[in-house]
Amino acid sequence: MRIFFTGVGGQGTLLATRFVGEAALEEGLAVLMSEIHGMAQRGGVVESSVVIGNGLSPTIADGEADIVVAFEPLEAARALPKCNPKSIVITGITPILPFTVTIGQSAYPDRDSLFGMIRPLVSKLLEVDADGIAKSSDAQRSSNVVMIGVLAGTGLLPISRGSWERALKKLLPENLIDQNLRAFESGFKAGFETA
Amino acid sequence: MHELLVAPTDKPLFLLGNEAIVRGAAEAGVRFVAAYPGTPSSEIIDRFSQLGPEAGIYVEYSVNEKVSMEVACAAAVSGVRSLCAMKHVGLNVAADAFMTLAYVGVKAGMVIVVADDPLLHSSQNEQDSRSYAKMAGIPMLEPATPEEAYRMTLEAFTISEKFGTPCMLRTTTRVNHCRGPVSVGPIARHEKKPGTFVKDPFNLVVIPAVGRKLRLAQIERVKKLQAESEKSAINFTSGKGLLGIITSGVSWLHAQEAVRGLEIESSVRILKLAFTNPCPKALVREFLATVEKVLVVEETEPFLEEAVRIVAQEAKLPVEIAGKGDGLIPRAFELDAVKVKSAISNFFDVPFERPDGIPAPELPQRPPNLCPGCPHRATYYSVKKVFGNEAIYPTDIGCYTLGVLPPLKAADFLICMGSGVSTAGGFSTVLDRPVVAFIGDSTFFHAGIPGLINAVAHGHKILLVILDNGTTAMTGHQPHPGVELTPAGKVEPRVSLEKLVRGCGVQRVAVVNPLQVKKTQEVLTDFKEKMDESGVSVLISKSPCPLYETRMLKKKKKVVFQVGEEPCKPCGRDCLTVLGCPAFSVEASGEGGERVRIDEALCSGCSVCSQICDSIKPKKLP
Repeated sequence: MRIFFTGVGGQGTLLATRFVGEAALEEGLAVLMSEIHGMAQRGGVVESSVVIGNGLSPTIADGEADIVVAFEPLEAARALPKCNPKSIVITGITPILPFTVTIGQSAYPDRDSLFGMIRPLVSKLLEVDADGIAKSSDAQRSSNVVMIGVLAGTGLLPISRGSWERALKKLLPENLIDQNLRAFESGFKAGFETA
Repeated sequence: MHELLVAPTDKPLFLLGNEAIVRGAAEAGVRFVAAYPGTPSSEIIDRFSQLGPEAGIYVEYSVNEKVSMEVACAAAVSGVRSLCAMKHVGLNVAADAFMTLAYVGVKAGMVIVVADDPLLHSSQNEQDSRSYAKMAGIPMLEPATPEEAYRMTLEAFTISEKFGTPCMLRTTTRVNHCRGPVSVGPIARHEKKPGTFVKDPFNLVVIPAVGRKLRLAQIERVKKLQAESEKSAINFTSGKGLLGIITSGVSWLHAQEAVRGLEIESSVRILKLAFTNPCPKALVREFLATVEKVLVVEETEPFLEEAVRIVAQEAKLPVEIAGKGDGLIPRAFELDAVKVKSAISNFFDVPFERPDGIPAPELPQRPPNLCPGCPHRATYYSVKKVFGNEAIYPTDIGCYTLGVLPPLKAADFLICMGSGVSTAGGFSTVLDRPVVAFIGDSTFFHAGIPGLINAVAHGHKILLVILDNGTTAMTGHQPHPGVELTPAGKVEPRVSLEKLVRGCGVQRVAVVNPLQVKKTQEVLTDFKEKMDESGVSVLISKSPCPLYETRMLKKKKKVVFQVGEEPCKPCGRDCLTVLGCPAFSVEASGEGGERVRIDEALCSGCSVCSQICDSIKPKKLP
């Protein structure tokens, strides 16, 4: 199973990726996670991947992602070359305008047409209002964990609920656990319902 | 207790390759660690820096890679296990020490971690550093996963100590920044005892006569190391069949995935090498004798492939060998399973249906950018205002290299750390244009000082702008000799940048805060007028990295800036088209109109924009 993650610096992409990796490890699965550091704080694209299964390459070649988790709509579209017609794409719906757009050098594409472009090319596109779900769960800063909750809720990964929760508790400091468990829970429910 | 020092349990730790190296070294009883940070190696020194005091390990952020290797080798020559870590281009800086340390050798284990960066994720080139190990005649291990990085760090100390030579642990980005399960062992309590140094100048002081003797000893040592690599268990064969693959490092994982994906596991044998220098020739020869065809799968240069071809030629083996030479395995950039499948399919003549690729849609780019409130932006803004596009701007390596992007466009030439100031001298000699060079504070300490002295000595007509943000920001805010902000508050710097510059013989030196735009431009204008006179001017543009300052001083934002209620006057929009702060955007206003907006959450309150536009006003925060 190859899961590709993409987002914008500051969205918590790497923590979310690590959450998936730790949960797989808790479940006793073979797992490798690959991340690219360096530009995370500077508004650039942040990409990472988790591969679950023995003897797999830690990077995901073009066309080889089983699942893409995009934390931002434009980045979901940019990750299309990683997909194939069987891929499942889970995307956040809140745009973060790239610098090239804010200074008027280029225009941010209409979100519905972005999703309209992605949908027929992959087997499933899940649009997740991660910010909205996080807010209504009183966990504003945990949109990234909502997204992973959705991924978990779809049941696409062979990881039990207990392993997810243990991984989250292992990863976060005590004072952040409750709100993130709420965020995960709400995401899980949303994912479960769409699956 | 630091998370990398925990006692082993039945559950593996989930570690970055870099963390696995730290754990392995701690278990091996390393007592001295030195490095200059550089992606993808930085987490090694950062983690050591966190756990050093607790683990009884001396850890220093050295001023550059050459210094780190030299201080670490002195420890190892004194019987203290040591480690230094660097990115691939750091080994270029350390190469002088490296090549002769390989003659002199060590008394206790010394591991030199070199992290290559295929695909240039965060580097200026994608050199394959394995050739350095061959050139120096030192042993080299190439791990493929975090688990292997951990085990091979332990192994590297053993080999180093057994043969009295430093051992190179060569990684790539996909090992350093890959996270995976690592089953760790116990950290033994090593007695903390002082090193011992036995005076032995005719083996330790490399005058020509000593060098000749050591050179012969080095050649003998390489032979012994080869015997060691022949029997090393970290080189192993798997599978059976008449089709062969020889591979190392992360390419091994791509190759395994490719073989499985193509469903040819029953006909392929893989020789997985990890002790790759000296090449285990007999092992390779035996492998070549059992297969009909061999594909060498490795990233960047044909390092293994050339060794394999030599073995085949020496043993007169008829085996067909392919790799980079045939262009089957691409020479540039990272490999992945699909690239390897494609090569295997071609060479072994097995069917492979490429996954239906989805072409990349045309989308707005999202380049990284200097942060809101970054003082480098303010410096670039003022320098460009005063010197315009006529001046040549040699630059250097750090966050500020992002100034190459529009709208700042404040970078014209760059090859390596320290090149900004030296090349400026060359440009100023042959061009009849003003030359303004940029260098960061950490990079100046690292490699800028000789270039500056050279410029002073030769009267080069240049202005050097030292972008002093008080930290090594790009790689994660590591300290350098001029640091003033520490977790304990503000301190006197160990080395004053200004005194250092004056000590280099520079007569015209000024220190400005670039967030004071008018003052900065006045000083720059004055320097510009005096640049016709021979000699070097240095402007130290000093203002702390806001991210670092916030973290160190726990400073809370007191003010942000907002565009006033009145629609902004029609202007060239310097704020957008010249300054280019990411907190700014254009939004629709009224009928078809537009107005400039500042994102309050992004604004750092640096005030630079308000000094260039009257419509921008401060707003106090509660």
